[in-house]
Amino acid sequence: MNNDFRPGRAVVVGAAESDLGSVGEAYSALDLMAQGVYRALDDCGLSCTEVDGIFCATSQNRLAGLALAEYLNLPEAYIDSTSTGGSSFMGHLVRAEAAIAAGLCEVAIVAYGSTQRSLGRKNTSSAQWDPYESPFKPFLPPTAYALAAARHMYEFGTTREQLAEVAVAARQWALLNPAAWEKAPLTVQEVLDSRMVSYPLTIRDCCLVSDGGGAIVLTTPERARALRHPPVYLLGSGHCTTHQSISNMPDLVNTGARVSGELAYAQAGLTSSDIDVVGLYDAFTINTILFLEDLGFCAKGDGGAFVENGRIAPGGSLAVNTNGGGLSYCHPGMYGIFLLIEAVRQLRGECGARQKKGAEVALAHGNGGVLSSQYTVILGGASTV
Amino acid sequence: MVEDSISNEAPYARYLQHLRAGELAYQFSPVADRAVFFPRVRCPYSGQDCLQWRISKGLGTVYSTSVVHPRKGNPYNVALIDMDEGFRLMSRVVMDDPMQVSIGQRVRVRVESPEDGDPIPVFAPVESAQ
Repeated sequence: MNNDFRPGRAVVVGAAESDLGSVGEAYSALDLMAQGVYRALDDCGLSCTEVDGIFCATSQNRLAGLALAEYLNLPEAYIDSTSTGGSSFMGHLVRAEAAIAAGLCEVAIVAYGSTQRSLGRKNTSSAQWDPYESPFKPFLPPTAYALAAARHMYEFGTTREQLAEVAVAARQWALLNPAAWEKAPLTVQEVLDSRMVSYPLTIRDCCLVSDGGGAIVLTTPERARALRHPPVYLLGSGHCTTHQSISNMPDLVNTGARVSGELAYAQAGLTSSDIDVVGLYDAFTINTILFLEDLGFCAKGDGGAFVENGRIAPGGSLAVNTNGGGLSYCHPGMYGIFLLIEAVRQLRGECGARQKKGAEVALAHGNGGVLSSQYTVILGGASTV
Repeated sequence: MVEDSISNEAPYARYLQHLRAGELAYQFSPVADRAVFFPRVRCPYSGQDCLQWRISKGLGTVYSTSVVHPRKGNPYNVALIDMDEGFRLMSRVVMDDPMQVSIGQRVRVRVESPEDGDPIPVFAPVESAQ
């Protein structure tokens, strides 16, 4: 626990995506990572020469921090390239804030890039042989999430239609986001009728496979005063790692998000009812249901019923994954950075047709591995500190 | 059945040795009073060098199940099995129709020896009680 934490020691001042979708195989993951960094710096009005803290991860470079330091020509920058899969960037944000507070750096970037669509998933993430799982040929990650979904259906009566409602809501949000990959409406029936991947999940229960990258920028509150946008504050965070491989997950219907959420709410002095806009790492439709439950937006087991009737879609009572999510906006493999970018934009009121009016508190929940790493951050605008 | 304390060999090597003998082995921590799986060099609950190897009676219950639909080839089952001794493992329940594998189903282990790899534990449904 970071007992010295208080909001405002360091603040988020910039956020941007790189090119998304399908960029072509001549681009490298580092190109997109750097593109995200430069755009995020442009967004706030800082120069790359002022950056002295690098926080980044990608599955395409074993030494991502060194590679980005080389690309951006930042030989003396403080580097943290910890990978906890798709939740890495929540961890980077928390440690960048702490690093600035500790005086290790003053201008920190949190960055990601991937070209998994252009290069093919097999060429961009190395499969690890696990003698206790690999011989049974689980199609990972989908089979791991399918096992969680099947257990959720067994214990709570959750239906495939309810899972499909999550994909439909994400699609409706995506149609309001010009940057989203998916451009056509989607129905529950279409989700159910699409190609089965790992029962009970069809291809429409699974996230996109896209290219893309992005970055956010943090600095001291003093330096933030001269910058372009009002700062966004980290109000609280929490992390929990329950396992790495799915056969070691203690309980497939109770994720580490329960613990990570409780820690984040406690640090922020807030509860789920204080959250205006919710970002949940939706690699698969079951994720959204599990995280709504574990983060306190509904009771355990009620997530399926909760997402019915458009409750998390545009116009519903809870704004969830307003960018269209990993299901319909973009998913280059480690999606967490995009949850942070959307949270910052919502708190700044920049989201146009998908803007949650008056959003002051945003929750961004990252997931890594196969429900393995759960990382919750709560961000707020100036009115919250 | 309790075997001797963990010997100075790779945990997976010992596990495999048992599979080759037709046995599903797991570890037990007397300190934590619980089964340990996958096999490790020390007890993950206490950090102590206390692990014992035991042989499962081979009976378990399907904890969850999925059917993988590969782009080429037939759909097949992947399941998580809770063994009666208190440990869980990934495996396959062998049935003609993989969709007939169901959560809560009682299953029994047998060792399968593929030509191109190490032996693995797979499962078949237990005939319902007489």
